[in-house]
Amino acid sequence: MTLGTLAATGLTLSRGPRRLFSGLSFTLQAGEALVLRGANGCGKTTLLRVLAGLTVADAGELHWNDQRWTALCASQRAASLYLGHTNALKDELSAAENLAESLAFDGVEVSDRRQRQSLDDMGLAERHHLPARRLSQGQKRRVGLARLALARKSLWLLDEPTNALDSEGVALFSGVVGAHLREGGMACIASHLPLSIDAPVRELVLGEVPA
Amino acid sequence: MTVAAMAVTAPERGVWLAAGRDLRLGLRSRAELVQALMFLVIVVSLFPLAVGPESALLKRIAPGVVWVAALLSVLLTLPRLFAADYADGTLEQLVMSPYPLPLIAAGKMLAHWLMSGLPLALIAPLLGLQFGLEGNELMVLVASLMLGTPILSMIGAIGAALTLGVRGGSILMALLVLPLYVPVLIFGAGAVEQAMTSIDYSANLSLLGAGLLFGALAVPFAVAAALRISLD
Amino acid sequence: MNLYKYSSPVSFYPLAGKMWPIFALLAAALCIAGLYIGLILAPTDFQQGEVYRIIFIHVPAAWMGMFIYLVMAGYGVLALTLNTRLSAMMMEALAPTGAMFTALALWTGALWGKPTWGTYWVWDARMTSTLILLFLYVGYIALTTAIEDRRRADKAGALLAIVGSVNIPIIYFSVKWWNSLHQGSSVSPTMAPKMASIMLTGMLVMTIACWMYSIAVALVRVRAIIVEREQGSAWLEGKQA
Repeated sequence: MTLGTLAATGLTLSRGPRRLFSGLSFTLQAGEALVLRGANGCGKTTLLRVLAGLTVADAGELHWNDQRWTALCASQRAASLYLGHTNALKDELSAAENLAESLAFDGVEVSDRRQRQSLDDMGLAERHHLPARRLSQGQKRRVGLARLALARKSLWLLDEPTNALDSEGVALFSGVVGAHLREGGMACIASHLPLSIDAPVRELVLGEVPA
Repeated sequence: MTVAAMAVTAPERGVWLAAGRDLRLGLRSRAELVQALMFLVIVVSLFPLAVGPESALLKRIAPGVVWVAALLSVLLTLPRLFAADYADGTLEQLVMSPYPLPLIAAGKMLAHWLMSGLPLALIAPLLGLQFGLEGNELMVLVASLMLGTPILSMIGAIGAALTLGVRGGSILMALLVLPLYVPVLIFGAGAVEQAMTSIDYSANLSLLGAGLLFGALAVPFAVAAALRISLD
Repeated sequence: MNLYKYSSPVSFYPLAGKMWPIFALLAAALCIAGLYIGLILAPTDFQQGEVYRIIFIHVPAAWMGMFIYLVMAGYGVLALTLNTRLSAMMMEALAPTGAMFTALALWTGALWGKPTWGTYWVWDARMTSTLILLFLYVGYIALTTAIEDRRRADKAGALLAIVGSVNIPIIYFSVKWWNSLHQGSSVSPTMAPKMASIMLTGMLVMTIACWMYSIAVALVRVRAIIVEREQGSAWLEGKQA
């Protein structure tokens, strides 16, 4: 994991006639989390996708340690991990296989033992070999948490990560994010629920900007 | 956890990772693979029923019939390339992977060919026999399909990537892809036809080979661009 | 002159408004001149009689169909590399005109074929590749209208046009190859190699007329597209008020 500073300047994006955000600027230091708030449809998901490089902003720039990120450039792909509304699991593969595939494409090598350990830590001890289609929504989220913990990515971009998680799952999530931040990682989290993370957290409220 | 620069040391691994992943997923649902082959067999078998059993006529139309049926069969399997990954969110993860997207796309196209074009080329001799093709003609039929079907997978991948998540996507995809298939059809069926009339067919096969090389170099970049556009 | 200035819809809208009547007038004048040369001045062909006069619309239409697709691909390259919105709008504005000319070339070709060879359609190399070109236009229009998000539709259409234009030479070559393989159907509507220069002049004048027409229509259409896309934006409200 590389330590870094993420600076967004003047991000502007419209979808059709609707302007989601305009002139949005912020910086995120190593060890900081930014929680995105705002009503449904205010552009939280879109902003996360812009930070991930999946969506190209109409205007504005992203800089990572003084290096400019063009959408999906190598440095951006190496540094960031995006988890969206979907759990990004293949139904046909088991929890363990899904984790192994995700980590392989994340470009990290993690021993089988540590992968199994991580699934156990996330409370999936008995379910390593269950096909993902037979996992509950919350359990699928937990596979994603195991990946987060192992993928060694600097910038986590999480879209409503606590959805479908029970209170124990939410506690696990807070623990994983807290550990990540204490090691100098950073996270950008869209959430409509209060999060208790043991690390510096800033909030960014997105609202509709009059066009 | 080590705090060190993480870089992908061997980008070409992306090809094998993606191909391995898709083969594994494809083999979990083998029924679909067999269905595409059955489609090919049934379509080809419909022609004698439509035009009559006269063997001279059947032999004359054999190259065209097998090639058009092969083309349609590949077309039917194209949604398998990206649609499921798009729906479950894994496509976004592939696009964001540190491995270069063109290489991942190349791996996926390779897997698609291994599971659609290759089996199709291998059962083609059976279909050729039904139409009275013999010896060398069957060999040329297989060779033309071996060289041509990877191009079908590649051109198809562009169409599949562009139409992801679009209403009525599969018909739209056929509309985009079929006109672009014309040269492959001409050279592929042409080779077999020349073998039937004892003309030198090597030029046709060479042109297919050249198309395959050019496609392998250029298409992964087009598919990568199309995927990025479709996820934007 | 700052070219970038006119790559923005805001400044192009009034410019296009001033330009299109000029091109429309030129198109009308050249069309009248071209038809006068073609239908009245040009002599009757000693082999085909009066029928050949359809080339004065057939040939320009075929050229335009081909040419407009390449122009679209050129705009596609601009749209994808420089990310200029106007390029994609120009593509969208040109596509129906290109498809119309391609269809016109096929239609006039069929009308020419019937009295000359006794059949509306022959699978000759040029007719066949023109038909495939029409399919490419249909594919572009279908794709861009099926995608709801305009940004994505623009870029997807641009990529498709580029892929199509790379394929056009290959398609033309393969269809010619195919045609030479099947000697049976090599009748094809062609003119004698030594065409009277007056005929050539007529054809060129008509081609330029078609060109002017295409520009005029594209400009009118791109204005409509700008209005459609920029609804609610301040500059447009000001224009319309």
